[in-house]
Amino acid sequence: MSAHPYLFLALFAAAALAFALTPLALAWLWARFFSPRKPGPVKNAIYECGLDAQPTGWVQFKSDYYLYGIIFLIFDVETIFLLPFAVACKDLPFAACLAMLLFLLLLAEGLAWAWAKGILTWK
Amino acid sequence: MPQLNPQPQIKPAHEGVILTTVEDLYNWGRKNSLWPLQFGLACCAIEMIAASMARFDIARFGAEVFRPSPRQADLMIVSGTVTKKMAPQVVRLFNQMPEPKYVIAMGACAICGGPFRDGYNVLRGIDLYIPVDIYIPGCPPRPEALLEGLMKLQQKIAAQRLTGPDRPPHLNPGASGEFPVPQYGPHDLVGPQLAKPAKN
Repeated sequence: MSAHPYLFLALFAAAALAFALTPLALAWLWARFFSPRKPGPVKNAIYECGLDAQPTGWVQFKSDYYLYGIIFLIFDVETIFLLPFAVACKDLPFAACLAMLLFLLLLAEGLAWAWAKGILTWK
Repeated sequence: MPQLNPQPQIKPAHEGVILTTVEDLYNWGRKNSLWPLQFGLACCAIEMIAASMARFDIARFGAEVFRPSPRQADLMIVSGTVTKKMAPQVVRLFNQMPEPKYVIAMGACAICGGPFRDGYNVLRGIDLYIPVDIYIPGCPPRPEALLEGLMKLQQKIAAQRLTGPDRPPHLNPGASGEFPVPQYGPHDLVGPQLAKPAKN
């Protein structure tokens, strides 16, 4: 009876696993017996620059800032589409130009809506 | 003609052959891969940088990997004047280094304040706050002196025992790896010191 054709692959997989895990296990064992862990408030500090972090990182952000994100998107997307439009403007058919102007109108409408709602004023 | 060591090192009898062999291997690995913390305080740092460059080549001793993070460093070379404003940062960085960790006080300033000892803003030796393993005198010490100090530190590491009462503090679960960080007081640094500075 011959061995299974995939037996070698399984052996190789086992050898590869052992090759990777044995040093890790040895290091873990070594640390277990010869390297006692000594955590502390200074040692576990987040920053490594020698200075204490002044305010805590646990601050609350206003959820209203998502509106600024969306308004930024208006200008961002506008720029992305306006540039190729301006380059290809002369060769475009009338319908394409109209579609582009409609798109711009939609974005401008969003901006006008935000403006009217008073989001653009910094509080 | 090579000289024979007249007093060969005799290992304590209670330690087996295996443990001492492991100990030698462990110490050999550690002493030849000391990673210094990459920070310099004053003019001694220039000599430290020169020691790391090709002419003096600290890489011959395995100590060329200057780490910008204390979490990856084994050796703190206090190279230069430690001002009282900088001392808490130095102690904090030392506390953040993983053990085993070693300190070389490089130059007169790091040892005792040096020529600025009587200054209002200079610490009279970094060993007031962290334990120093090797002192390198000089103002500033030449790169050869730093290499000599590094070799002395390597000898010190090679002689460390894994077990027993005289084992180094990093193997002792009871010995703390953190030292109190001095605080800024109204006129001076306040906080516990490891020793009292010597009187003039």
